[in-house]
Amino acid sequence: MYRYDEHDHALVQDRVAQFRRQVERRMKGEITEDQFRPLRLMNGLYLQLHAYMLRVAIPYGTLDSRQMRKLAHIARRYDKGYGHFTTRQNLQYNWPKLEETPDILAELAEVEMHAIQTSGNCIRNVTSDQYAGAAKGEVEDPRVWCEIARQWSTLHPEFSFLPRKFKIAITGCEDDRAAVKVHDIGMIMKRGRAGEVGFEVIVGGGLGRTPFVGKAIRDFLPKEDFLSYLEAILRVYNQLGRRDNKYKARIKVTLHETGQEEFTRLVEEEWAEIKDSTLKLPKEEVDRIAKHFEPPAFRSLAEASPATDARAAADPAFAAWMRHNVHEHKAAGYAIANISLKPMGEAPGDATAEQMDVMADLADEFSFSELRVTHAQNIVLPHVEQDRLPELFDRLLEAELASANLGLLSDIICCPGLDYCALANARSIPIATQLTERFTPEKQEEVGDLQIKISGCINACGHHHVGHIGILGVDRKGEEHYQVQIGGSASEEAALGKILGRGFSADQVVDVVDKIIETYLELREDGEEFIETYRRVGQDPFKERVYGTA
Amino acid sequence: MAQIVIASDLGSGRVVFLAKGEKADEVAWRGLIENAEVADDEARANELLALAEADANARHEVVDPYLIDVREEGGVLRPTKYREAIRCLGPTIRQDLGKQAEGAEA
Repeated sequence: MYRYDEHDHALVQDRVAQFRRQVERRMKGEITEDQFRPLRLMNGLYLQLHAYMLRVAIPYGTLDSRQMRKLAHIARRYDKGYGHFTTRQNLQYNWPKLEETPDILAELAEVEMHAIQTSGNCIRNVTSDQYAGAAKGEVEDPRVWCEIARQWSTLHPEFSFLPRKFKIAITGCEDDRAAVKVHDIGMIMKRGRAGEVGFEVIVGGGLGRTPFVGKAIRDFLPKEDFLSYLEAILRVYNQLGRRDNKYKARIKVTLHETGQEEFTRLVEEEWAEIKDSTLKLPKEEVDRIAKHFEPPAFRSLAEASPATDARAAADPAFAAWMRHNVHEHKAAGYAIANISLKPMGEAPGDATAEQMDVMADLADEFSFSELRVTHAQNIVLPHVEQDRLPELFDRLLEAELASANLGLLSDIICCPGLDYCALANARSIPIATQLTERFTPEKQEEVGDLQIKISGCINACGHHHVGHIGILGVDRKGEEHYQVQIGGSASEEAALGKILGRGFSADQVVDVVDKIIETYLELREDGEEFIETYRRVGQDPFKERVYGTA
Repeated sequence: MAQIVIASDLGSGRVVFLAKGEKADEVAWRGLIENAEVADDEARANELLALAEADANARHEVVDPYLIDVREEGGVLRPTKYREAIRCLGPTIRQDLGKQAEGAEA
């Protein structure tokens, strides 16, 4: 894991001291709210429906046990005993007090964390594959490049006042678990013709009110040109991005209005000017960063674990957890274990301080003290010995963290919605909890892989556009109302869902989802997942079942 | 439609309501909706909002005051819009949190 050097420490501590003084001045009335708002937002502090909300960055979703314990401590001491893991691999506290926020930031700085650039029109937390450094088939660990991007983008003077917020995701695998095609910039590590490693560069993806799947503007970018190419894209966006209309200010609209060919030409032209500048990454510097991400000292183990297999054969609950929550690891005898934060009837992504402490303890005992946060709002122990999976499962059961539902319909991505968010038009969490309560574990198992994603407004923090079933909350004449769409996907075959038809009231939504699922179960062919059936048969059969018309 | 002024407390972020102050020309901010001063017509509502904004700028105790519609049901003031109703109570999925859990201390 990356450890701060003296520059990182100084930067974060300086920022805490600056913000402490800014808060003091605001509390004394020396600055107005209009003056203070941009300052607090630069430090991740929002004012929401019921209270302030502090968004803490978890760089590329990687944290260690001491950081997780600190998050638990903050939840307990300064908040209401819990936190919410978000779709950008961050953590949000829903109840911090303004005057205590500098103390929270100081506590975060102790464990090399902060809330800088978790808001505002700047480059946000760079996200990545939660299995980075552990996944079988990975080209290289993408977190090295996420960290380089983090260092380059933190307080970058040229990109601190972009037309709009800017989100970058990088993966090192063909299997896209980081939704890179719906980010402002998505990068996929790949091998070139001679076996050298570089990046495919995708630009202009995004959700919100104008969703787009990103376009590949460069098939292969050599590693040494990583920063200069990022800078070229950002420069073109900074010049062309619309500042007259915030709804048209994201790079996806810039690329769409400019045209892919012309946009690419402008980037390449800009890049030609700067590619041989100081932005060209020296190998020694890349190696220095890469050292932080060297694999832990894996033991030499057998490929399989007879003891774990025996437990799975004898214990259906353990077998289900193995089937859904455990993923293949690149090291023999190891596995990647997912901890679901989607128990039945609870808010997706929420974890109590006690659960955070348990997960930190489990990371220490089972996974070289490492944890990951997923964009699907779950937690990962990336390096667990297969022989110890039964013991880990038993410990998770004790802590009520053993929901065996990764990838199933109750593994719902869901924004906070109108229960917390000042921007939301409708509640999203109650829809999620009703869905998890409607479908039994047996039914979910029968349905198989199905991604439901729910947003409480058009800003799409719940990624509804790329849900196999997407649900969007809207305000219709003063009532909560929900549009349903199907056919979206955030995978390497990214696609935007299509709205099924007229919307539904809150008490109709779960029945509608039930009808969609029943239609799928009737139509699916052997081994077909929901999205495959949808792509084969199209929207009409689902529409007919839901509305009674074709 | 009756209206009251709602805002966020600067220090805690908690929802507060514009109420009468101790003296005739003073305003105060209270945590319980039943203490809110109710405007029964548009002219009075605009007066209350102007007082709230002036107070927010002068004393810096609250942030973002604005008017919401309310009606009285069984002697209790209730916001007419669901967004404001949730704001005045707390998260519907966590009834142990927010104003609904604060009771008389609010």
